[in-house]
Formats: sequence, C-alpha cells, structure tokens
Amino acid sequence: MADQAPLICRDIHKTFDQLEVLKGISLETRKGDVVSLIGSSGSGKSTFLRCINLLETPTSGDIIVHGDPIRFTTNRRGERIPADNKQVELIRAKLSMVFQSFNLWSHMTVLENIIEAPVNVLKVPKKEAIERAESYLNKVGIYERKDYYPAQMSGGQQQRAAIARALAMEPEVMLFDEPTSALDPELVGEVLKVMQSLAEEGRTMIVVTHEMAFAKDVSTQVLFLHQGVIEEQGTPQKVFDNPDSERMKQFLAPKF
Amino acid sequence: MLDLKGYGPALLDGAVVTIELAFLSLAVAITLGLIGASAKLSDNRLAKGAATTYTTLIRGVPDLVMMLLFYYGGQVAVNMLSDHIWETYEIDFFFQFDPFISGVVTIGLIFGAYMTETFRGAFLAVETGQIEAARAYGFTRFHTFRRIMLPQMLRHALPGIGNNWQVLLKTTALVSIIGLTDMVRVAEEAAKAERMPFHFFIPVAFVYLALTAGSELFIKWLNKRANVGVVQGG
Repeated sequence: MADQAPLICRDIHKTFDQLEVLKGISLETRKGDVVSLIGSSGSGKSTFLRCINLLETPTSGDIIVHGDPIRFTTNRRGERIPADNKQVELIRAKLSMVFQSFNLWSHMTVLENIIEAPVNVLKVPKKEAIERAESYLNKVGIYERKDYYPAQMSGGQQQRAAIARALAMEPEVMLFDEPTSALDPELVGEVLKVMQSLAEEGRTMIVVTHEMAFAKDVSTQVLFLHQGVIEEQGTPQKVFDNPDSERMKQFLAPKF
Repeated sequence: MLDLKGYGPALLDGAVVTIELAFLSLAVAITLGLIGASAKLSDNRLAKGAATTYTTLIRGVPDLVMMLLFYYGGQVAVNMLSDHIWETYEIDFFFQFDPFISGVVTIGLIFGAYMTETFRGAFLAVETGQIEAARAYGFTRFHTFRRIMLPQMLRHALPGIGNNWQVLLKTTALVSIIGLTDMVRVAEEAAKAERMPFHFFIPVAFVYLALTAGSELFIKWLNKRANVGVVQGG
C-alpha cells in the first residue's frame, strides 16, 4: 500500500453543554507533515488537538488514524462515546502527546517516565526500552538528567524530557499542545530547537502554538482557527504572506 | 521490677490480640476505604449512593453501639436465618458469631468509612494533568490507577491514614465488651481481683503509647518515601 495518511479528521464538531467550540474542522496529513494550528485563545485549537486523541470526544465527525477509523457509539444519556476502549488505547499509543504543562509523572524519574508507556502499553522489553529512552534523551540533550525527578529540573528540561517520552512511543503522529507557552522566554528556544530537528527528520507533527516564527519556518501546513472554524489554511507562505481572511490579517498585524 | 501478680502472660496474650485485631481491621478498613472512595468518585449513581449511605450511617452512629449491634444483633440475625433455612429447605446451616471476627469486621467497617473520606480527598488532590498524561499514552484504567493514581494519592492520604490508624488502635479496646480477651479486658479483671487499678492500667496505657509512638515513626518514614520527587516548600 502506498504511504497511508497518518491522520485524517473529517468535519469534527465539539459542543460543551450549549457552546459549540468546534464547528466542523477537517484535516488531512501526509507522512512527514508538520501542521501548525494557530489562532487566538478560545479559537478551539487546543480542543481540536484533544479531540484527535480522544481526551475529548468529538460530538460528531470522523477520525482515521493510519487507515483505522475510530468507532463511536451512544451511551444511555445520548452522548457520543468511543465504542471500544481497547481501540482508543491502541490509537492513543500511536499519537503521543506533549502537553503545555509537561505532565511528567512527578513520582518517577525522567528515565522511568520515558520507559513507562513503552514497557506497559507497547510491551517493549525493559532493557530495550531503556536503550531507546537513553538514545532519545541524548537527542533532546538531557541524558545526564535521566535519574532526576521532574521537580528537580527547569521547565525547558522538563519539556524536553516530555518530548523524549513522546518519541519513545515511536508514534505515527506527535501532538504538541502549546509546548512552549508555560516556559520562561529564555527557555523557549531550546524546546523549539528540538522540535525543529524532529520536523527535519520527517516526523509527522501537529503543533498548537503561539510561536509564529516556528509556524512560518518549520510547518508544511498552517491552519488558522477562529471561533471554531478554519479561517485560513494552506502553506505557511500562503497563510502568512498572502492571507485571504480579514481575521488572519488582523491576527498578524503588529500589536504595538 | 513491676510485679504483675501472675497476670503477665495473660496481659501479653491480650496485647497480641489487640495488635492482631488492629492490623486485620486496618486491612479491612483500607480495602473498604479504597472501594468507598472509588465508588464516591465514580459516575455510577448507584455506587455513589451506596457509598454515601455507608459513610453517613457509620460516621453518625457511636462505635460502641455499632459493636453491640453487630455482635448481638448479628447472632440473632444468623439464628433467624438458619431457622428459616431449616424450615424451608431442611438444610442445617448455622454458625456461631466469633467475637474476634465480629471485632475485626465492626472496626473495619467503622474505619472504612473514615478511610473512604481520606482516600476521596487524596484522589481529588492528584493533579488532573498526571491522569490525563496516562490516558494520552494509552494506559488502561487499571494501569492508570495502579501506576499513577495510587502512588500519587498516597502522598496526600498518608497523614489521614496515620490519624485513622491511631484512633483505630485505641478503638480496639471496645472489643472487651463483646467478651474478647484483649489487653484491656485482662487488665480490668486483674485490677478488680487485686484491687490495684493503677498497677494494671498504667502498663496497658504504656503499651498503647508505645504502639502509637512506634507507628508514628513508621508513618513518618512512609511519608518520606511517598514524597519522593516532591520539592518541599518549593
């Protein structure tokens, strides 16, 4: 089979109580794509990312991971829920996520954090998982911190450890939820540099970000979300240099 | 040297009963507490309701009343049930309520209710991001519970567990009223017979004190282990 799309989302809607946060978002990725989701706070970009790995269940729409559509059913209260928890777990293991607030498990060392899911979810032998973890720690440049607890490291180091944790799953797609937003300005660079090197390796990534330079220079596709719809979509050149949407122009306009 | 007038061995046996009773009740209480807390935090309305009824009922009734009700009332209930079974099915079914088992079950039930509240608070104190990360990496519910929730919750639960344990240890003294010969019961008999209350009750008081002081040290040690990875006062 030819290279299958690692991730397809079709017409994703999400409603919280009465509030419709996502009003039909579609996205198709090819292998090696780096998709940046940009937009102001409340535009729905993080919610969309969380729908992809089912941390939120989309109210309607399809998610297809490497040709495998996620199956849904309806519960007694009439809410849509995933039909098969096993399938959800399998799919999540293929879409590893990097969070804004890192979410490293605080009672485990960095190394333990990284091998936990490969050993227990993917059933990788422990010795192999440790070797893999060490090579990824080298890649993100914090090998010497492997026996530290998260609280003993800076935010930038924690986020790089979290990226190593995501890499260790050898995922189809990596999801980044504002990975630099909780960092001190001088620590943002070290995380972006790691992410750029991942993009250059041809990893498929979906990045919710406020870092416009990253979106412009590293992405292959940019989605500008506004009030739950895609206002502007295309290559970074198109979106940044020649946008059609008034909103996008306002968003890019110098603020002061 | 303290002369226990020949009651020494009986007192020692009593102390062993106290300790056994306390540890077994603790095991029951922790099990019930984990179940109760999980039920209270679940989406299932039936489980929630059952757990709330349990904690409200138990915490609202004096321990002494519970103990008497369970031991004497329990035996009557068994008798009635066995009569009924005999009359209906002609099956001979009967058992004697053992005061030790009754004690373990009653104290376990009482402290299970307190543990439920302790664990509930501790589970709620675990940051949602920690659990979300586990879900996002494809953990099963059980794996999330065992590897993430439980170790992180323990840190918040330990002070409460320690408190409950100390009260539980002292509550075991109540079993003397249902005829179990624990340390207090032996001391009471000895004090009456010898007319020397200080002579027997003060050593008993010291045994309790030693047990609670010892467990306090143990809990401190546990606490240190559970707080690994936490920067104090950060």
